[in-house]
Order: sequence, then structure tokens, then C-alpha cells
Amino acid sequence: MSKTAWDKVTMARQLERPTALDYIDKIFDDFVELHGDRVFGDDKSIVGGIATLNGMNVTVIGEQKGKTTKENIERNFGMPNPEGYRKAVRLMKQAEKFKRPIITFIDTPGANPILGAEERGQGEAIGRSMMEMSKLKVPIIAIVIGEGASGGALAISVGDKIIMLENSVYYILSPEGFASILYKDSSRAEEAAENMKITADELKNMGIIDEIIEEPENGAQNDIDNVSKKIKKCIEDSIKELSKLDVEELLNKRYNKYRKII
Amino acid sequence: MIIDKIKKVSIQEETPKKNVRAADMLIGKWVKCDACKEILYKEDVRKNYSVCPNCGKHFRLSARRRIAQIIDEGTFNELNADMQTRDPLNFEGYLKKIESLHEKTKIKEAVTTGIGEINGEKVVIAVMDGNFMMGSMGSVVGEKITIAVEKAIEEKLPLIIFCVSGGARMQEGMISLMQMAKTSAAIAKLNDAGLLYISVLTDPTYGGVTASFAMLGDIVLAEPKAMIGFAGPRVIKQTIKMELPDGFQTSEFLLEHGFVDKIVERKDMKDMLHKLILMHK
Ligand SMILES: [Zn+2]
Repeated sequence: MSKTAWDKVTMARQLERPTALDYIDKIFDDFVELHGDRVFGDDKSIVGGIATLNGMNVTVIGEQKGKTTKENIERNFGMPNPEGYRKAVRLMKQAEKFKRPIITFIDTPGANPILGAEERGQGEAIGRSMMEMSKLKVPIIAIVIGEGASGGALAISVGDKIIMLENSVYYILSPEGFASILYKDSSRAEEAAENMKITADELKNMGIIDEIIEEPENGAQNDIDNVSKKIKKCIEDSIKELSKLDVEELLNKRYNKYRKII
Repeated sequence: MIIDKIKKVSIQEETPKKNVRAADMLIGKWVKCDACKEILYKEDVRKNYSVCPNCGKHFRLSARRRIAQIIDEGTFNELNADMQTRDPLNFEGYLKKIESLHEKTKIKEAVTTGIGEINGEKVVIAVMDGNFMMGSMGSVVGEKITIAVEKAIEEKLPLIIFCVSGGARMQEGMISLMQMAKTSAAIAKLNDAGLLYISVLTDPTYGGVTASFAMLGDIVLAEPKAMIGFAGPRVIKQTIKMELPDGFQTSEFLLEHGFVDKIVERKDMKDMLHKLILMHK
């Protein structure tokens, strides 16, 4: 059965869907989580640290949702504050210093829209993260594992390879938000989802993402081992391919990847 | 904005100090300031940089008038004036709306870019226009900004961007979102080239523009009392279920929290830009 865009929105948001930490645990041999942005605090909706992949050191960053209400409150439903993005940038620059490839996992309903986030410069944090990522001298691989919403998702997904799981979605704004703004009716979210071009297939056709990883019929949670294995293979292949480029080639390619999107 | 407000002016209720003839109101010689409610003679406002002579409210400016205020007369050479809006989602009614805006605003898109002089100093300038789709950034805005940045690099010129935007343009979906990454990457290149970028935030600057080139200036200036933020006040209010404090997301609020270098009144803007450019020569 082929799924509609709305089916995928629903699947991407399922509570049972594997999160960044689930994949990190399955894919990497070891993971040491590092905390804090060195400015304000530690944002639990973004996790990050150093991991090993077949003996190679890498930096891993992921937007982290919870699977229970309690976890989701702790993780703020995967909606990062500025300090989350600043932690991500700190860890990415650390990766550059030690010449480690960077792998990011994208899964967020968007950046946190609260008073404190505005006071601490949510816009600046997102903009700076994208600007910094565009010139980091190490390979960057971004994988959308669930919901990739708005600038909050894009902020840590500027890279050399953008990969999506088959039932993940990537959008400028939630279909509910889109429908409420453009149709003045948030109940038309399903219709919005079909029109917004948010599925992995559509985005690959538009040249916005590079690869799609297949999932079991009813979603990644039904065989996380297998999905993790495929993600791992994809990361290994991407690193192998990107490592052949010298830094200048890598950065030119990355710049042109975004430059050509019009 | 000003035009919207005049429709609400009722002469019976609001007796202006000056002797306003009903006929003058009808032909639009008078406007009411939406901040202090004073009835103002349009020509006085225009001569005062479109700032309320009574309370100092900075009214919104078209790109054309902004360029006239900032760039030396006769020196502006526009870049990519005819770039066409695209419709990647085949979104119903979108191109029709764009067409009607072409007629209404006499501009082709929400940003005008070009090369001109500020008191004799050559710069690349990009000026957004809130009258066109609320200054939202779709593929043309992202592309024109990027070309402007690349032009500055190529010609080793300072870059000035006047921001006004509701954010990324919904009607172009993910293509709009990606313009944030594209323009931010272009600014990174400008930084590597050691060139000056001054971002000027004007009312209102929000969403994907705030979260990309607007906040990435070497120097970030703002006009007084402009509304600036990432999330809009309505969304924030819905999320936190509380009233927002007075002055939230104004230029003054951003200055206090460390996200704006300096608030500059419109009458001083050209000279301030000129001074900063000279300090980077
Ligand atoms: Zn006034």
C-alpha cells in the first residue's frame, strides 16, 4: 500500500518511533555524551557527543524527543532552545579541531517558541549554526529520522549528505501551521501535507535530499536493528565517499549543494 | 500601513489641530499616526523620512523610498531586476497573487538589490520590501540576496542589507526554507573574504530571515521600536499561555539582550552607515 504524505506525517510523529538516542545506541560502538553550550545551560532536546564507528571517532548530534509524557517534558518534545543549537555548534567545531566527521539526527517539531528562547536569540542561534556548518572542514552527514520541521530542523542539517528515512517528513512548517496560515483553517492539515512536498521521495526529486533509507511497512520501530544497520551502512559509505575529497573540494561541493536550490 | 490607517480616520471623532478639509482627507493628503493617533499632513511625514513628526514612530518604507534615503541620487544600479517568482508547489492562486502584487507595488519581488554609493562610498545593498508578500523569502529573495553577497565578494565591496520580513515564504515550501541555508552559507564566504556586512533590522523582521542573514551581520543595526523575533508573538502567546511583557521583541528589547549593536534613527542612518564603512576601509 502506498502511503499518503499525511500517513507519513502521522508515522513520523509516533511516540514509538525510534529516537536519536535509540539509533546512536544501535549504530555506534561507543558514545560519550557531552553537555552544555558553555554560555547558558544544557538543552536536553539536543544530545551530542563523541562516538566510535568501526574504530573511527565521529561527533554525533541529535534532536531528541521522548517516548513517554515524562520523557517528553524532560526533552521539551524535541524543541530546542538557543543553547541547544549553541551546544551543537560547540561540538561541531570540536569535531573540526580533531578532524572527526559529523553525523546529525534530525527529529523536531520546530525550535522552541517561548519567551526565554527569544530573549536568548533563537534566530541568531539557528542562523549562526547554519553559517558555521557551511564551512566546517570535515564531512557532515544529516539524517532525518522523524519530523524535520522548519528552521529548527535545518539549523543542524546543513551538510554534505542529507538522508531521510522513508517515513520521515521534512517541512517549512507543520501542515497544521501551513493550513492555518494559508487556508485559514488548521483542520485542512491533511490536504496541506499532500500539497507541501514533504516526503522523502518528493524532496529527493527536488534535489533537496540525497538518499532515502527504507523502513518496514509499519515504521522503523518494527525492526530497529535492521533500520539501524541500513543507516550505519549509509553513514559508512558517505564517509568513505566524502573522505576522498580534499577540504576545498568538500566545501565547494557543500556550498554548491545549497547554492543551486532555487 | 499608512494607507490602511487613513481609511479608519473619522473627521467627526478626530478633530485635527490643523484645519483639515474633508476633501483633503479623501484625496489622501492626511494620515493618522497609528502610534500617537495624531493626524499628520502626508507631505510633512514624507519630508521627515516617513517618521511621525509628533512621536517619532518609524513608518514602514517601500524598497524604492528606502534606497532613495540611503543611496546617493543617480548612483544606484539594480541587479537582477527581472528575476521571476517560481511556483515549486504549484500552489493554487500563488502566481496570480504575485501578478496582482506586481501591479499594486510596481516591484517584481520582495527584495531589491544593487550597487550604489553612500556619500560617495560604493556598496552592495539589498533592501527588502514588506509590501510584497510581507517581505517573505522564497527562491527569488534567497537567490537575489545570495547574488548580492557574491557580488560584494567579487567586487570587494561592503554589503548592507535592510531586512523586513514575515519569514520564509510558505507558498514555496521547502525551497523557501533552504534559502536560509543558502544565504547563511553565502555570508560565511563573505566573512572569509574579510568584507564588511551591516545588517539593518526594520519593522517587522521575523522567522527565517531573522534565523539567517538578518542576525549574521558583523554589525547589526535596528530602527527604533521595530518588532524583531524568530517566533511570532501570537505563536509564543499560544505556547506559554501568558501575556507577553510590554516591549517584548522590540529593537530596544534585542539591544538589552545583546542581539543588536545599535539603534539608529532613520534620519541618522545614512551617515551612520557611511561612518561605519569608512571605519572598515
Ligand atoms: Zn506619532
